[in-house]
Amino acid sequence: MEASDTIVIDKSAPANLWQRPGFRQILLLTPALVALLVLFVYPISSVFLRSVFSPDFTLEHYFYFFKTPLYGRVLWITFQISILSTLSSLIVGYPIAYVLRRAKPGVRNFFLLAITLSFMISLLVRNYSWIIVLQRNGVLNTMLDYFGLVDQPLKLLHNKFGVMVGMTHIFVPYIVFPIYSVMMGMDLNLEKAAQNLGASRWQTFWRISFPLSLPGIGAGALLVFIMALGFFITPALLGGRKEQMLSNLIQIQVVDLLNWPFASAMSVILLIATLIVFSIYNRYLGVERLWGGLKT
Amino acid sequence: MSDRARKRAMRYDPLHISWPLWVVSVSAIVFLIAPVLLLVPMSLGSAEIIEFPPSQIGIDQYRKFFSHPAWQTAVLNSLQVAVGTSILSTTIGLLASLALVWGRFKGKGLINAFILSPMIVPLIVMALAFYISLSKLGMLGTKLGLILAYTPLTLPFAVLPISATLRGFDRSLEYAALNLGASRFQTFMKITFPIIRPGILTGAIFAFMIAFDEVVIALFICGSTAVTLPKKMWDVIRYEIEPMLPAISTLLLLLAAVILVLTGVLQKRIARRMTVK
Repeated sequence: MEASDTIVIDKSAPANLWQRPGFRQILLLTPALVALLVLFVYPISSVFLRSVFSPDFTLEHYFYFFKTPLYGRVLWITFQISILSTLSSLIVGYPIAYVLRRAKPGVRNFFLLAITLSFMISLLVRNYSWIIVLQRNGVLNTMLDYFGLVDQPLKLLHNKFGVMVGMTHIFVPYIVFPIYSVMMGMDLNLEKAAQNLGASRWQTFWRISFPLSLPGIGAGALLVFIMALGFFITPALLGGRKEQMLSNLIQIQVVDLLNWPFASAMSVILLIATLIVFSIYNRYLGVERLWGGLKT
Repeated sequence: MSDRARKRAMRYDPLHISWPLWVVSVSAIVFLIAPVLLLVPMSLGSAEIIEFPPSQIGIDQYRKFFSHPAWQTAVLNSLQVAVGTSILSTTIGLLASLALVWGRFKGKGLINAFILSPMIVPLIVMALAFYISLSKLGMLGTKLGLILAYTPLTLPFAVLPISATLRGFDRSLEYAALNLGASRFQTFMKITFPIIRPGILTGAIFAFMIAFDEVVIALFICGSTAVTLPKKMWDVIRYEIEPMLPAISTLLLLLAAVILVLTGVLQKRIARRMTVK
């Protein structure tokens, strides 16, 4: 039949109309590459240039950063808050993921709905809600007072506690999704096998379930740590003077002190710290996994 | 193994959730959702101060919000910036995704990583970067400046759902159209585009939401001439006591709920249309 000739697909040729090599792909990628070069690479490199040319080449801003005790302390606080908020997000998020894996569909869907809703609500609104709850005459202090649990209002805001609560609240979804997706791929029969071999519940968890969920924990924790390092909103709104992180100091340098070169140097330091953590992530998990757990 | 241990092992149910675990996980969920929900009843207070529980019930705060010119401007600015960003980054992202998912060429992984890389740069660094670059061009305090700053930021979040949808698209549908005499352009417009549309919309919604909610870059770039909603909220949270805030928060909570439903529906549509799993 003559007609059959027209529907033969040549397997050796690229199977798809977009799959022809060369010109078409370059054309399709051009807008994205141009946009990124002009709107991403160029602005970031101008920060870098600002930090070392003023107007002659100099590293004084970096020296100043590393020899002034204040900035060493800020760097330490930045890492400290990042580590602590990653840990507390794990503590809050892990039980949720564990229950999600095992709960009946009704409960699971309700949990997922609550987490996703929390995740989608404006960051400012979430931080603001904690101001309302934690402030001196806020919801929590009012309740504690009503039940006669405290004599005077507790100081819950503008200190490390406030920052930890606010950051944990934002990071928990980023922890839950990767751990949950790893747990979904786990064979629960392994736990039964451990039980049959005489392991206690505690042993079953620590020697079977927990190690199997480690890839999820690693992915979630590194992602949260990367975000925490450059976090700005929560320390500014819920923290006190002692909880200001690197990003908050950058803003103060730019907006209040107009010291662009020094702010640029601090930005480069923050960016490098972030890239170091990210390269660990990329080494073990790959860039495609970043945020991947959130797609479904 | 003793008899008792054997019996216990037989009874073991991996799906069983012990009551302490229930307490911990439900508390965690309450922790995530309760503070924000608390703002809903508080938004109904009519007093000049924020109180819990509100002593009077009314919708005064909402009325005030919708009739306040400065807030109206802020909402309008935010909508324009977010829609502009979303259109720009979804269009660029769609074109790039077509090449990245269906193309075969050297350096594909590298370009893919490059497009996703704005995700890991701290916002404050991007903010300073745009502050410096836009000030050179005299574009601080303009909505266009904000759109340009938000485009690289939202690009990865537009590309991720679009690429995922393209990967699941059954390309034999295209050959069918081509064999039936459609041109390549017709094939794309009549077959490919309608099928991948939910993925494109998901990307557009993500980009919109990020641009609509962004505050760090806005703090640097808005100035006083292109104040967006998050920037105005920031100023108010930081420096004043504003009884309207719980009402504004409630509206944003509703927006999040609407987006949640919308992306959920789109996700179902994508799943239904994907033949390649």
